[in-house]
Amino acid sequence: MRIAVFATCLVGTVMPRAATATVRLLERLGHTVDLPAGQACCGQMHVNTGYGPEAMGVIRNHVRTFAPVLDGRWDAIVAPSGSCVASTRHQQADVARRGGDGRLAHTAEQVAAHTYELSELLVDVLGVTDVGAWFPHTVTYHPTCHSLRLLRVGDRPVRLLGAVEGLELRDLGEAEQCCGFGGTFALKNAETSAAMVADKADEIQATGAEVVTAGDWSCLLNIAGALDRRRSGVRAAHLAEILASTRDEPWQGAAL
Amino acid sequence: MSTFLGMPTVRPHPADPPGAPLRWGPSFPEAAHQTLRDEQLRANLRTATRTIRDKRRRVTAELGDWEQLRDAGAAIKADVMARLPELLTELEANVTAHGGVVHWARDAAEANAVVTEIVRAAGAREVVKVKSMATQEIGLNDALAAAGIDAVETDLAERIVQLAGDMPSHILVPAIHRNRAEIQEIFTHRMGDAPAGLSDEPRELAMAARAHLRARFLRAEVAISGANMAIAETGTVAVVESEGNGRMCLTLPRVLVTVMGIEKVLPTFTDLEVFLQLLPRSSTGERMNPYTSMWTGVTPGDGPSEFHLVLLDNGRTRALADELGRPALHCIRCSACLNVCPVYEHTGGHAYGSVYPGPIGAILTPQLLGLGEEGGPFGAHDPTGSLPFASTLCGACYEACPVKIDIPSALVHLRERSLHPDGGHPPTATDLAMVGAARVLASGRLLRLAGWAAALVGRATGGRPIHWLPWPGSLWTRVRDVPGLPRRSLSAWWRDRQGWSR
Repeated sequence: MRIAVFATCLVGTVMPRAATATVRLLERLGHTVDLPAGQACCGQMHVNTGYGPEAMGVIRNHVRTFAPVLDGRWDAIVAPSGSCVASTRHQQADVARRGGDGRLAHTAEQVAAHTYELSELLVDVLGVTDVGAWFPHTVTYHPTCHSLRLLRVGDRPVRLLGAVEGLELRDLGEAEQCCGFGGTFALKNAETSAAMVADKADEIQATGAEVVTAGDWSCLLNIAGALDRRRSGVRAAHLAEILASTRDEPWQGAAL
Repeated sequence: MSTFLGMPTVRPHPADPPGAPLRWGPSFPEAAHQTLRDEQLRANLRTATRTIRDKRRRVTAELGDWEQLRDAGAAIKADVMARLPELLTELEANVTAHGGVVHWARDAAEANAVVTEIVRAAGAREVVKVKSMATQEIGLNDALAAAGIDAVETDLAERIVQLAGDMPSHILVPAIHRNRAEIQEIFTHRMGDAPAGLSDEPRELAMAARAHLRARFLRAEVAISGANMAIAETGTVAVVESEGNGRMCLTLPRVLVTVMGIEKVLPTFTDLEVFLQLLPRSSTGERMNPYTSMWTGVTPGDGPSEFHLVLLDNGRTRALADELGRPALHCIRCSACLNVCPVYEHTGGHAYGSVYPGPIGAILTPQLLGLGEEGGPFGAHDPTGSLPFASTLCGACYEACPVKIDIPSALVHLRERSLHPDGGHPPTATDLAMVGAARVLASGRLLRLAGWAAALVGRATGGRPIHWLPWPGSLWTRVRDVPGLPRRSLSAWWRDRQGWSR
């Protein structure tokens, strides 16, 4: 399959390791991977912060960059982020329509129909749960809110993790409780966000796992940031990083 | 002989006497700054919300058709909103035909004036009240007090809040912010007829309240209630409750006044089958609520001989006019969204500064007050304008809502209303920053440049976590590190690997 990777703005700038892991994983599985140069952001941050009208240009750029999927240039688009995929599926077209651009809305819908979150692509489209990964660590999984409730990825990530050699999965208490990130919420309501992530960090530490994983680096930035501040010793890895890890190319955390 | 009871020692929550029931405090972040420090409050809330949440999960999971019930509830509500005027006139005709009197109130002042006049005409100085959000919303008790009429709340938790001089902090359990030691103190100092040596044993507290309230039920001439539902087709009004206080109020006094938000009307009697299943299971986590009272106008020799129905707008038609905000009017006040909300669980209800707290309050209050309208509140720092931002958009509320109100989408819409008021406003620093960010995020080239800059910082910091950033980054770094930045940008990695595709 020819697969275009949408790194997302956050991963593309501050956490590229989730994008590089996605690329390496898909190539290992025998696919041709592309990283379209025009890509930037899906518009979610602006839309969710109340700047829908200002997000029009961002959405236009995203749709233009990935529209070639409609002409068969790629078979699918994948993003290592549940919330960005949810934004392309559930927000872009609405915002475009309200902004008076019906054509953009229509194309956005078509492009979104070819866009998948990583665990969806692997399990539903590529039909694999065992990706041949090796990750000799104890891991706990935080189901991020948008993966859980907007995309309904269900147990796909857990099934993928369950097939990883050497990985021991630890159940997370109050797993479905939000970590308190919420995009600009973390700044606009900093103290409430801090109280929420403190609870999440408590639950993660209680599992005794070495690594916390999730399908979104946005939530992980919040969680890992709080865990680092506590000197907890728990490290954060995106689901893609765990699945990309093998005996030959083991996970190296922050190294790129 | 009167006994000196001492000065009250229990602080009201919030500390300042509440003014406007929909807007009494500072902005949400400022209010949360206070409430988050109250460890006792957080512990109470955590236990209480999790208990109700688990109960609700159990009793909704046992119904095979729960999802269909939710769909039915949502569909009925959408239908009601689509033809509200005709349903309301139908309701008026049927209530009137059965001997009731219908009053229309555009706002809180009109509703309060109507009710005060009815009580005056009945010659009463004291009225008993069934717990009602609508009368909280209009500040009816204060309005009656100003007319020399004592309104006695008879729901136990509502009475606690009233005696303490508080505002409610939860729709269903308004005294959720109080523990039993505080309640014992409130009763002892404020009730007036509390037994001597009252302990903080729940049973003793309940018995004291029972004796206190029973005396008032028996002497009341007038009762005031809200309504959970009213049936247009028959003119029937319904109240569901758990304590039996409602049944007392609705049957014993001579005069009954019901204040009802116009959105509470339902088309037909059979619609009740949907809501009488959805409401108790979502609200208290019970299969069926202990008391369901329904009445149609007046019945000679049975119950009140005079019935008044006050139909309240108070901003509801304003919300109705907003296609994206309208679903807030579907709310049946079950409070399931409060109990699952992680923000509410941490800040408590008072942080919302409105009688409607939690996720539903964050979309209802701003609309009732005309957020973003000419002359209305707006802006992320305004008490009302900040409410739509008091959410991480985690979606737990939408998932729990028995009538499937898409609260996250409504929040996003209202954030936009808050930041883009009619008539515009001079851009704030945040506005300018977001416009600038949109430029970068709309360009692959500029974003690659940002990635390159991040990698520069990554190399300078050796890829180690960053512990401190200047404002506004300090809002982040006060409690979190910034995990180490990459030493090499994604674009550099990709270019070396195979080159960007065009």
